[in-house]
Amino acid sequence: MDMQVKKKLGLKEKYALMTRDLGWETTYESMDDVYPYMKFEGIKIHDWDKWEDPFRLTMDSYWKYQAEKEKKLYAIIDAFAQNNGHLSVTDARYINALKLMLSAFPSLEYASHRGFAHIGRQMRGVGPSVACQMQSIDEIRHAQTQIHSLSNYNKFYNGMHDWRHMNDHMWYLSVAKSFFEDATTAGPFEFITAIGFSFEYVLTNLVFVPFISGAAFNGDMAAMTFGFSAQSDEARHMTLGLEFIKFMLEQDPNNLPIVQGWIDKWTWRGVRVLTLVAMMMDYMLPKRVMSWKEAWHIYFEENGMALFNDLARYGIKIPTCVEQIRKEQDHISHQAWLSFYSAGAMTNFHTWLPSEDELDWLSSKYPTTFDKYYRPRFDLLRERAEKGERFYSKTMPMLCQTCQIPLLFTEPDDPTTIAYRETTYSGNKFHFCSDHCKCIFEKEPEKYSQAWLPAHQIAMGNCFAEGDDPTAPGFDPIASLMKHWNLRHGTDNLDFDGSEDQKNFAAWREASTKN
Amino acid sequence: MSVVSVTPYPIDIKDRKEKFHGAQLLYVGWDKHLLFFAPAQFCLPPDTRFRDLCEVHLPVAFSEHPDFASINWEEAKWLKSGQPFEPDLEKTLAANGLDHKDVLRLQTPGLEGLGGVGI
Repeated sequence: MDMQVKKKLGLKEKYALMTRDLGWETTYESMDDVYPYMKFEGIKIHDWDKWEDPFRLTMDSYWKYQAEKEKKLYAIIDAFAQNNGHLSVTDARYINALKLMLSAFPSLEYASHRGFAHIGRQMRGVGPSVACQMQSIDEIRHAQTQIHSLSNYNKFYNGMHDWRHMNDHMWYLSVAKSFFEDATTAGPFEFITAIGFSFEYVLTNLVFVPFISGAAFNGDMAAMTFGFSAQSDEARHMTLGLEFIKFMLEQDPNNLPIVQGWIDKWTWRGVRVLTLVAMMMDYMLPKRVMSWKEAWHIYFEENGMALFNDLARYGIKIPTCVEQIRKEQDHISHQAWLSFYSAGAMTNFHTWLPSEDELDWLSSKYPTTFDKYYRPRFDLLRERAEKGERFYSKTMPMLCQTCQIPLLFTEPDDPTTIAYRETTYSGNKFHFCSDHCKCIFEKEPEKYSQAWLPAHQIAMGNCFAEGDDPTAPGFDPIASLMKHWNLRHGTDNLDFDGSEDQKNFAAWREASTKN
Repeated sequence: MSVVSVTPYPIDIKDRKEKFHGAQLLYVGWDKHLLFFAPAQFCLPPDTRFRDLCEVHLPVAFSEHPDFASINWEEAKWLKSGQPFEPDLEKTLAANGLDHKDVLRLQTPGLEGLGGVGI
């Protein structure tokens, strides 16, 4: 007898069976008790079934695609390790960009994984719940692949020996860490706006495309491979974020002002974190693929504005901070690098002065501002360095209460004057780098007044190594602080010129071309 | 309360004055001197004389600038929270009305940094 074979399921049917059928209405518990985070932010959802997953990804196809990608990724990472790929990069200065990335990024990916696992459980609709769970798995994979890709460098170069500890302790890493802590301590709808829109759409586009192209340009196949592997997920993640924003806006007109507030806030928070990427692109890639300003035009002015135009039909307006962002695009990378150069005794990577060629490249990319405002600063620092007086800042900087970046940004219309903003809350003064950070604080002072600001914690005596007694005779606060950070002073930090990394790279490369 | 929260939201301001063991924070920026990338943070007892702030503590942050040695402290201009402020150099920070987390901007007319753009 012939077998009766049923027709194979179509993608749509399969998706429905493997996602939508997972959900049900509870009978002996209230749905509000099962999903306790669904209402407190004020977002009203009337029909969860209206949410469409644009990728209709099911778990079986997810495993298949991702397993194929991982096989390719690990084959390249292994080849890179076996062939001493670390010696193929343009210059050991480049590795410092990886140190910064390794110190910040895997922890962010992991925080994102936790956030999406949490909201995957909390989302009352099955479609978004499944999509959030897939993203959660992606994020933990990204953390793993980043650690694996970069661990090749850790065998040979300084500063990458304790990234997890440093992420919780090093002062500058509080900037990126606070971004995620802000998002994960918000409600689920704000979280998905923060991460799906700001982080995935604005930030990862700029990290994974132009910066990772820069990695390829500089001969770093390990970072390039994980970057491109991750980027194919990011495309799906930003679509999830965008679908979610549209869904909230379509469900109820009262959602519009809430969503607009989040978009305003997270556009600004994302852009402030991007200062680090701006600096990496303009200063830390020995061979540059494009300037920060050029990347900004493609990924924010073109892509980002297309998004805002798309959302305009729901009543979403372009955030007012965009005006300031446009004014700052000529300045932030230079201001950030000059800051890290000055704070070079408190970093887990090396800093340096750009060569004459590099200064000329920057002049050509920033023709109206670089020669006027920034080249003279580099010239002065070079004069000092050549006299053996390499400049290091000896005090801790004042930090912004919201973004936690030092007050290094200038007034939007005056690049010679640092911007100061302040407010008072509950009898205490709080300070900010900008109107937008001040505005974010003033909307939720209860939250941001609790910020753990590294410079303040150091002053309070909370950042000395365990067991050290600050009242003991001969106590050395700097040595104790370095121990607290697990930073080897003089090895992991200070100038690239004369560093162990520089010497080792030159010696190993030399050895690799001879018997 | 403006924060949106599922449960009552405790307020725990991390940087309250009493956490600084009797000292207080003071931030000082030097306008038009961008060799220093951000205002400096000082943690000082409130009975610190203002003259000692200028002559003992500020040099740690700013003395590497060639303009610093030429500052006449009697004539220096100050802003506190952006408003003109006239400190008495012989009085303490507290007697000058400086409290925890106040911010001062030092202005030195005639000494406006290098390069014509306030370095």
